[in-house]
Amino acid sequence: MILRIEKREQGSALFRSLTTTASLLCALLFAGFLLFFAGVDPAAAYLEILKESLGSSYGLSETLVKATPLIITGLAVSIAFRMQIWNIGAEGQIYMGACGATGVALFSGLDSPLMLPAMFAAAFIAGGLWAAVAGLLRALWQVNEVIVTLLMNYIAILLTNYLIFGPWKNPDGYNFPLTAQFSDAARLTEYFNTRLHSGFFLALFCALAVYLLMERTIWGFQVKAIGSNPAAARYAGMKTGLAIFLVLALSGAIAGVAGFSEVAGLQHRLQHGISPGYGYTAIIIAWLARRSALGVVIVSLLMGILLVGGDSLQLSWQLPVAFAYAFQGLILFFLLASDFFINFRLRRVKETDDA
Amino acid sequence: MLEILLDATVRAGTPILFATLGAIINERAGIINLGIEGLMLIGALSGFAATFASGSLFLGVVAAFVAAFIAGSIHALICVQLRGNQIVSGLALTLFGVGITALFGRGLVGQTIEGFERHAVPLLAQLPLVGKAFFNQDWLIYFSFLLVIAIWFFLYHSRWGLNLRTVGENPTAADACGIPVNLYRFLAVACGSGFVGIGGAYLSLVYTPMWIENMTAGRGWIAVALVIFASWSSFRALGGAYLFGGVTAMQLRFQAMGTTVSVHILQMLPYIFTIVVLVISTLRLQKGASQQPGNLGLPYDREDRK
Repeated sequence: MILRIEKREQGSALFRSLTTTASLLCALLFAGFLLFFAGVDPAAAYLEILKESLGSSYGLSETLVKATPLIITGLAVSIAFRMQIWNIGAEGQIYMGACGATGVALFSGLDSPLMLPAMFAAAFIAGGLWAAVAGLLRALWQVNEVIVTLLMNYIAILLTNYLIFGPWKNPDGYNFPLTAQFSDAARLTEYFNTRLHSGFFLALFCALAVYLLMERTIWGFQVKAIGSNPAAARYAGMKTGLAIFLVLALSGAIAGVAGFSEVAGLQHRLQHGISPGYGYTAIIIAWLARRSALGVVIVSLLMGILLVGGDSLQLSWQLPVAFAYAFQGLILFFLLASDFFINFRLRRVKETDDA
Repeated sequence: MLEILLDATVRAGTPILFATLGAIINERAGIINLGIEGLMLIGALSGFAATFASGSLFLGVVAAFVAAFIAGSIHALICVQLRGNQIVSGLALTLFGVGITALFGRGLVGQTIEGFERHAVPLLAQLPLVGKAFFNQDWLIYFSFLLVIAIWFFLYHSRWGLNLRTVGENPTAADACGIPVNLYRFLAVACGSGFVGIGGAYLSLVYTPMWIENMTAGRGWIAVALVIFASWSSFRALGGAYLFGGVTAMQLRFQAMGTTVSVHILQMLPYIFTIVVLVISTLRLQKGASQQPGNLGLPYDREDRK
């Protein structure tokens, strides 16, 4: 008796969500082993994650605060995914969006009703232009967008550092690498005495807008068509190069909005580490959500729980912030492995069958 | 002055050289590996930890190879046996590497070791200009020269190398010839990852003999881009890695001279340079000089044969 691998027809939705859940649980279990070897009691750590993120109204609000940039960048990455384009540069685009918004907040001299829309627009454009470089290179010359968007993350972060260590440094800031605080006109509304700000509703609005754009417009249909079969799309007269450029630029612009939401809603100034890797987490969110805008929102909320819990583990167990990355990597590994069981089945066959 | 700059070029280029060579072996078998950054970190940490514990630099290098070999096997298992998405799996490997090294490296931050010493090669080290830069170096750099030649010889002058290239070019044909496609792919990914790990160990054992969280700072991604620049050839990888090393060395030199240009702007140079190189080599690739393995990035499924 031997095992043979066979292709499986598209499994049911129930089967797909069961395997996804199972792979998440496997990742949790495996991460538990890692924590154990690093000298941390995994059960206590997981309990703490749940308690900190969901156990109080403040914890809940923090989970929504963390989910905000994740939803926006998750959407950004997912629209590029639709076209089989990989935007690994959301991290840098967040930084550029934050720089754009900060530039307007500090130097435009605008006041109340105009200030926030101008900051939003600046962030949208800055993020979009940043990603458009990769889009242009890919559309014109098929330069690998994965490598370009990724390398541009390092450049964006260095550019931000240049600004906060140099020309934009707060003159009254005791030489700390920070810009001056934003005026009240450049801040998003905060609710219930927590850090929850209107950026969260902006994120939900983005989800709705992306849903409508992708599912209810001809352009969205074209993007999906090019993604699933570029040759056929070209034959049908679609301009694939232009679409690739636009999709990457739009993806970057949306990620830039997350930068706006972070500086205007949360930090109220530009400083180092405005994004602790949201752009990378967004890739996992987009992959997990499997193309759905609603899925992005749900998965981002789950990731928000993880990040809030992770922050508290950092304090109580001295775990490095980067441990969240190991966990995210594990989730992806198990998801990829589970895809195998969705697409294939193992069947026992008698040896005589094989011949 | 030029001698010092050349010496710094070789030392800054060597970690990237190992990583690029490892990535070339991966891609020759048809598997894209975007986990290079993570593998370098895993190599850097395990190399440092093993040397710190045992006092032996040799054991450090072996540990770096073995640890990255094991981590690369995860990527191999997912891409080869489970036919998963190679891009996502590679990204996962990078994230995993960044996270797990931060976790297990906590206790080693701030510790120091005695790094590899220089050993001059008799006669060759006396050569004017290039002698000191290339032949008054440490054992790992000499090993990298050897590896460049060995990989070239393996790919073009051995049966196994021919088989490997066939697997990357046309797995269906390879399978028809009786070459075990999946075995070749698995071993190429795992061994290639091991060499990437040694590149990471060069950072933690020689370049800055200590462990710093996320010490690779994007070198793995630069290596991924250099594979295309090198058109999947080990000798061109040598050139590419030193070109990059030269930009880094010059950038550091400018900083040391105390120019008025911001450090942050200078630090951007290697990344900008890599993007420019990537664009140029992609353009050249399209002019028909392509050495790109025909089946790069595609899983092989025997049932799909046409």
